[in-house]
Amino acid sequence: MSAEATGAGAAPPAPRRALALDGVSPLVLLALFGLFPLVAIATGQTYWLSLVNRIVIMAIAALSLDLILGVGGLVSFGHAAFVGIGAYTAGIMVDGGRGDLLLVLPVALALAAAFGAFTGAASLRTKGVAFIMITLAFGQMAFFFSQALYAYGGDDGLTLFERSTVAGFPVLENKVAFFYVSLGFLAAAYTLVRAIVGSRFGRALQGARDNPVRVASFGFDVFRIRLAAYVMSGMLASVAGVLLANQAEFVSPAYMAWQRSGELIFMIIIGGLGSLWGAVLGAAAFLLLEEALSGFSEHWKLAFGVLIVLFVLFTRGGLADLLRRLTSRGGARG
Amino acid sequence: MSITLLTIQVLNGLQLGLLLFLVAAGLTLVFGVMDFINLAHGVQYMVGAYLAAALIAYTGSFALGLVLALVGALAIGLAMEGLIFRHLYARSHLDQVLATFGLILVLNETVKMIWGAAPISVAVPEALQGAVAMGEGVLYPVYRFAIILAALAVAGLLWLLIEKTRIGMLVRAGASNAPIVSALGVDINRLFMIVFAFGAMLAGFAGAMAAPILSVEPGMGDSVLILAFVVIVIGGIGSIRGAFAAALIVGLLDTLGRSYSVDLLRLFLPPAAARGVAGGLSSAFIYILMAVVLFFRPEGLMPARGRT
Repeated sequence: MSAEATGAGAAPPAPRRALALDGVSPLVLLALFGLFPLVAIATGQTYWLSLVNRIVIMAIAALSLDLILGVGGLVSFGHAAFVGIGAYTAGIMVDGGRGDLLLVLPVALALAAAFGAFTGAASLRTKGVAFIMITLAFGQMAFFFSQALYAYGGDDGLTLFERSTVAGFPVLENKVAFFYVSLGFLAAAYTLVRAIVGSRFGRALQGARDNPVRVASFGFDVFRIRLAAYVMSGMLASVAGVLLANQAEFVSPAYMAWQRSGELIFMIIIGGLGSLWGAVLGAAAFLLLEEALSGFSEHWKLAFGVLIVLFVLFTRGGLADLLRRLTSRGGARG
Repeated sequence: MSITLLTIQVLNGLQLGLLLFLVAAGLTLVFGVMDFINLAHGVQYMVGAYLAAALIAYTGSFALGLVLALVGALAIGLAMEGLIFRHLYARSHLDQVLATFGLILVLNETVKMIWGAAPISVAVPEALQGAVAMGEGVLYPVYRFAIILAALAVAGLLWLLIEKTRIGMLVRAGASNAPIVSALGVDINRLFMIVFAFGAMLAGFAGAMAAPILSVEPGMGDSVLILAFVVIVIGGIGSIRGAFAAALIVGLLDTLGRSYSVDLLRLFLPPAAARGVAGGLSSAFIYILMAVVLFFRPEGLMPARGRT
């Protein structure tokens, strides 16, 4: 059971950035997101604003997972823990009256980095299925630790009575302002991850996904590269957590449940592994589908599950690949 | 904690461990022989519990209901193998995780549609009602003893099957090196189907046996699934012996850790807070154990022979 058999090595063919629109699509996507509040206000559909806001936030989390799973080929099954760390940091600090975003973010980033460094250093010594399982174990530890936070609601979670301020101003209390703050974070996250992937470091990470031995023989320390990516990815996910807690005005252990980690994986697979903007697309597709189906029937999860199974059985390479195949007609590859 | 209470906690731990073993046995074989990550194994446990609840109520007999539930669990296992899993064996682990994650949603929701979201309870069969006195007026239910004995008996049968029969030999060989077994002319797909259906039935049996002492509800398989994964990873993937040892360790650690950490935390926390904190912390114990085992022995405590 080698790393190749488990990681993205066995998943769809390596360079997944062949889409000609690659440079354009993210800009189009961001512009669409940016225009959305105007449309929502014009039509009075403010409910949709909070849904799309959630999409933007989850897109940051999915993007961060894509860095290690899609680009690095490390199937982490405990990524929701980082989102939860960010969310709990925001919840607890707002509860304690020190909820300014400029205070919360550094603390959340530091905690996520510490958790990531510790769990990453242990997990990355294993490979293949053992890696999936050990990240799951750490995720579960974080989950149960949050359940043990008795002073902060334990199992029941913690309600935020106000949102984080930004440098003392209650910016996030305004839905539209909150949306643009989230979108700003998404744009920054996308730019950052894109830059990481394009760098020497990112190429080594990508190379290690396909052939760690070769990358090591070039003189790279594969373990350290992966650890750095793992920590960065966790820190980015904690930013999503901080925003999520503020958006929902609620934090609970459920944020860290292993099913949440599974959903994050699903998002980036729908989008297409490693094709960063696919992660954004996948988060949008996932949450919209959830919304549409749950409006349909209370048993929407049934249809959702069937769709997941069919998706895995009949498509490979996600939405980004599907779009590519549709645009280059008859280009049946793989 | 007195000796009597300790005995009771150990018995509870054994009982949890043995039920976990029944679930984990199928999972570790499916994982070991087919290199297939089946997240939907936990729902087999749930399906077993629901079938038992429904069929016992329908037939009015515990034994008959249990047997029919096993047949039902086997049939559902075969159906899932034929319809879905068969197409996933050659796929990456990621695809397998995802597809079986989808199946969990489907089966949890189907069960909710048929039986509703509220937990249903199953009566303990008349012959096994009552309790055994454990001294000093402490009683232990007969039914829990029955679970321990039944699970031990099944574990013994499983051992005979795996160690002493031809099919068991093929399964062991498959867990060590499936491609070679296939190359030697064994119909590996048939072997996969048998292992899978048998594992589904074992999980269903565990669910059916647990039905009278647990509330039968949608999603009950999810927590068991994760525990079973912990067990097989600690024990070594593909190893029945490893799963047995690890299941007992996990069962005892979870049960004893829970009761001792409450006592310990009570020393410096109010009782309600101690219970709350202990619940979370003690649940984390087994994951700490798993992380430690994986760190020092990534292949588990008792890896299947010939696996690297």
